[in-house]
Amino acid sequence: MNQYEVTFIVDPVLSGDEIVATAQTYVDHLQGEGCKIVHVEEMGLRQLAYPLNKRTTGVYFCIEYSSEKGSINEKMELAFRRDERIIRFLTVKLDKYGVKYNDDKRKGLIGKKKSEKAAVAEEAPKPKPAPAAAEPAAKPKAAAPVAVAATEEE
Amino acid sequence: MASRDDIKFLSNPKIGLKSKKYCRFKKFGIRHIDYKDPDFLKQFINEQGKILPRRLTGNSLKYQKKVATAVKRARHLALLPYVADLLK
Repeated sequence: MNQYEVTFIVDPVLSGDEIVATAQTYVDHLQGEGCKIVHVEEMGLRQLAYPLNKRTTGVYFCIEYSSEKGSINEKMELAFRRDERIIRFLTVKLDKYGVKYNDDKRKGLIGKKKSEKAAVAEEAPKPKPAPAAAEPAAKPKAAAPVAVAATEEE
Repeated sequence: MASRDDIKFLSNPKIGLKSKKYCRFKKFGIRHIDYKDPDFLKQFINEQGKILPRRLTGNSLKYQKKVATAVKRARHLALLPYVADLLK
């Protein structure tokens, strides 16, 4: 029984429902092949580090699943290649440490990281994530002073 | 008689005494490096997005390999750039 993790980027031009539906088709596909879905994580809309298919942003999804046979991955990758809504994908086999890491992350044991990520998703980036977002031009730079102002008020 | 405090050194005598580098993964027991965490991986790349060598990061060989793999996976997923200027 091996555990795998597939991360893929969905075209952000689609509407919100279509994006979720795209991810759901792959979850259903995996379940139809007899895989056990461990977790589906929506990492949200992110700025790409470099343009892909003339897109500068993408919606990231991560599906973690366990399967008896590895041949499912080839079928999945074929489906991803044929799907125009998928910009990019990556399938990774998790070793025991990877499984444990993801488990801990979900429980919030790797709490500092998780709270930071949540903060990035919900509100303006805090001082630490700000340099990460500094590269994609004007928008995050505009957000950064807001974050500084917010911390000063506290 | 001049005490040691009065002596003016031409160079700072503490300069040569650098603290020894260590592998942070071994020291803190980190067994898995997540490729989906670009903020963490940025510690191991330079401004141009190149992977830093072990002699600078102090990583052990085992974890340097894992860092390199994680950075390369992050690049594939456009979480980190292949080439950049003024990344940090």
